[in-house]
Amino acid sequence: MATRTDPKKDVVIIGLGWTGAIMGMELAQEGLEILALERGEDRDTVPDFQYPEMFDELKYGIRYGLMQKPAKSTLTIRRNLEETALPQRHLGSFLPGDGVGGAGSHWNGQTWRPQAVEYRLRSYVEETFGADIIPEGMQLQDWDVTAEELEPFHTKFENVAGISGLAGNINGKIQEGGNPFEAPRSADYPMPPLKNTWDSELFAEAARNMGYHPFPRPSGHASTAYVNDYGMQLGPCNYCGFCERFGCNNYSKSSPHVCILDALKRKPNFSYKTRSEVLQIEKAADGKTATGVTYFDERTGEQVFQPADLVLVCAYSLHNVHLLLLSGIGQPYDPVTGEGVIGRNYSYQMTGGTSMWFKDKQFNPFVGTGSAGMTIDDFSTSQIDFAKEGFIGGSYITGSHSGGRPIQQMSLPPGTPGWGSDWKQAIGEWYGHNMSIGSHGSDMAYRDTYLDLDPTYKDRHGRPLMRMTFDWKDNDIKMTQFMKTKIEEIAESLNPDIMASGYKSEGAAYDVRPYQTTHNVGGAIMGADPKTSALNRYLQSWDCHNVWVMGASAFPQNIQYNPTGALGGLAYWAAEALRKDYLPNPRPLV
Amino acid sequence: MRDMPGRPSRRGFLKGSVAGAALLPLAAQAAAQTKEEAPPLDQYEPVYLTADEWSFVMAACDRLIPSDGDGPGAIDCRVPVFIDRQLAGEFGKAETWYMKGPYAPAADPNLGFQSPLAPAEIYRQAIPLFQEWCRKSHGESFENLDVATQNSALTALQKGEVNLPPELRDFFAFLLANTKEGYFADPSHGGNYQMQSWAYIGFPGARGAYAEWVGRENAKYPLGPVALNGDRS
Ligand SMILES: Cc1cc2nc3c(=O)[nH]c(=O)nc-3n(C[C@H](O)[C@H](O)[C@H](O)COP(=O)(O)OP(=O)(O)OC[C@H]3O[C@@H](n4cnc5c(N)ncnc54)[C@H](O)[C@@H]3O)c2cc1C
Ligand code: SF4
Repeated sequence: MATRTDPKKDVVIIGLGWTGAIMGMELAQEGLEILALERGEDRDTVPDFQYPEMFDELKYGIRYGLMQKPAKSTLTIRRNLEETALPQRHLGSFLPGDGVGGAGSHWNGQTWRPQAVEYRLRSYVEETFGADIIPEGMQLQDWDVTAEELEPFHTKFENVAGISGLAGNINGKIQEGGNPFEAPRSADYPMPPLKNTWDSELFAEAARNMGYHPFPRPSGHASTAYVNDYGMQLGPCNYCGFCERFGCNNYSKSSPHVCILDALKRKPNFSYKTRSEVLQIEKAADGKTATGVTYFDERTGEQVFQPADLVLVCAYSLHNVHLLLLSGIGQPYDPVTGEGVIGRNYSYQMTGGTSMWFKDKQFNPFVGTGSAGMTIDDFSTSQIDFAKEGFIGGSYITGSHSGGRPIQQMSLPPGTPGWGSDWKQAIGEWYGHNMSIGSHGSDMAYRDTYLDLDPTYKDRHGRPLMRMTFDWKDNDIKMTQFMKTKIEEIAESLNPDIMASGYKSEGAAYDVRPYQTTHNVGGAIMGADPKTSALNRYLQSWDCHNVWVMGASAFPQNIQYNPTGALGGLAYWAAEALRKDYLPNPRPLV
Repeated sequence: MRDMPGRPSRRGFLKGSVAGAALLPLAAQAAAQTKEEAPPLDQYEPVYLTADEWSFVMAACDRLIPSDGDGPGAIDCRVPVFIDRQLAGEFGKAETWYMKGPYAPAADPNLGFQSPLAPAEIYRQAIPLFQEWCRKSHGESFENLDVATQNSALTALQKGEVNLPPELRDFFAFLLANTKEGYFADPSHGGNYQMQSWAYIGFPGARGAYAEWVGRENAKYPLGPVALNGDRS
């Protein structure tokens, strides 16, 4: 129980990553007294990401210097309802952020908007193909918001983050060289695309020759000098190859620090505390509102009650759900009865890739970014006949690479021994002669993919860890196998000396060890029906109207894209509802 | 970029190395610098490993990345020093890992590391068991076997044929991963001596500025590596 109560604030924000920074900035403009509580350390470009210290592959890339420390925070994982879940003792499959800036420090910067059909996937499938193609147990849901409604808010996020790209569809007019399958946009990206590495160009040319529509992947890396709406400056990217898993030393990668935080910290009505982990959201006696939060002040070792009129949960998708479960806000989801909403519809991301090795091509792989590359969306969610192909979903396909860091990114032909003389021979022969094409695809939610509290394992405060129940399903495996056939065709047309593919195949079991993506979504999803969603269309809790939950926990199932563009747009959409509609008259908005 | 006191100037060494590369071959550049010599490995005093463990790690690293053929070996790169320092530090102690029970070390490997033992302790308990297996199966401890037998013993260890108890089953995986880390990591961590592995494969290390090199077709980058402390190879 709390040993200290601090003076009341208008707003308390839990977590200071992308969504926390956005909400802080937007509400600070209303003149409210705002306090953000961040469990990790303070961080800024200088000194935390500066040259040359940041270029330490071991410290940051391999030992996860900037990420969450499982000793302080982790979860348990099992693949099905029968298995006993075991803790994620060190990081692997996904790498949640920790500290000011959150995962926005060490993300790749691939910044997308969902396709129009992805926001209303259930309706789209039913209208286009009929409800009977939906497999047993797949819980497809609509978001209760449309691409048209979100368009201005995506634009806002892209302008703040500083995205480099080339529009494909401006107000319904298809633009040469852009993505013809994207939802209509009101304007082009704030910056032109980054330059391409040679491997991306080779992919684009091969794809073009096959009749596909390659375009530069939208990137949270500045291609030019840029000043955003908050007066924050970005400088052109150095293609340094130490991008994802690292902070940018060059003020080039879109991050909360570079794009928002320095402007926000100057606001007199905004303050933040680090090393302050929120343990619970406190409910009022009537259970209809929250009174504030209790947090652990690591500096003093105290538990502190922080009263506030508005609680914004911005702790990253997984932690958002954990906090709601621990706080008793919303009914926990039960996979057997299908009732309850907190934890419902957890899903992940389905990726795969084909690698090629060329004896006579030299790629300089250390010249890379977390995000540039050429993409095709010809096999995206809106472009596939689900009834004919026998699965629901889609992928974007990219030729790119993010760096040539030798511990993590050494890619050797299949059959190369893992050690010994032949391994050493191979690294000399093949480093720099490899390129790859990857698919990044959707993942559906099912009745038995969900999050709840673990019955056995506890964290350092004695609270139950969250338990994840997740495994790959046939539908999504069929989708990735479909992508394999398309990608291999493109790869073969490049005539590599050696080629190898890695895609989940029938019966694949979720493996928590290799990094896949930090695109954990769902668990506190948005929707039109309080029986099947935790949040309404504005990300407001159905149960406590002054609790709003940001982040990818709101996605009813995963999109085929990386989540941050979508969750950034949603944050601005929620901020607008808060500012215009809620603050003048606090109440359930729906 | 501002030059910080006590920090290498990026502008300074980038300019210096561009000019240097235009005029001089890499070997001459390297020779032009004065290098601090590290003490020979047999005089190194380990911080974590015991004498027996040290000689095992030396011998094992020498097989995992041998010195013969092209490119440096693990011993040339002082990888055992790296491993010793890693085991003495945060990694060896699993300081940032969740290490609360109950434990299920024999669980499906897909569910990840589940041993109650931190990596340093896994090395400590596994090395004598593996040595015992070597003596039983091949009549000698690992260091004294011939190269071919050492290779087959490590292969048996990798395949799980040495019958280590489940809480030690990640031993080989750690040993191999740590060896490669020590080979390729920045020299400040104790391995990759004089950036030899980077020079061998053509990785420029901490240069970090390649805007002029994006999109070049089939052109090999000409500059040798730099380390975090500003050293060039
Ligand atoms: C290696 C990597 C690469 C990625 N690449 C991409 C990409 O290319 N494209 C893309 O779209 N996405 C990418 N992502 C995902 C992206 O980083 C996230 O989608 C995004 O950062 C989520 O923003 P958020 O505000 O929800 O959470 P975060 O940015 O993670 O911020 C949450 C903050 O809350 C804090 N917090 C958590 N719990 C508590 C608590 N109880 N009390 C106080 N504070 C708390 C955390 O410490 C953290 O700072 C990547 C992620 C990683 C790790
Ligand atoms: S690749 Fe560009 S954006 Fe990424 S860290 Fe390097 S300079 Fe920054």
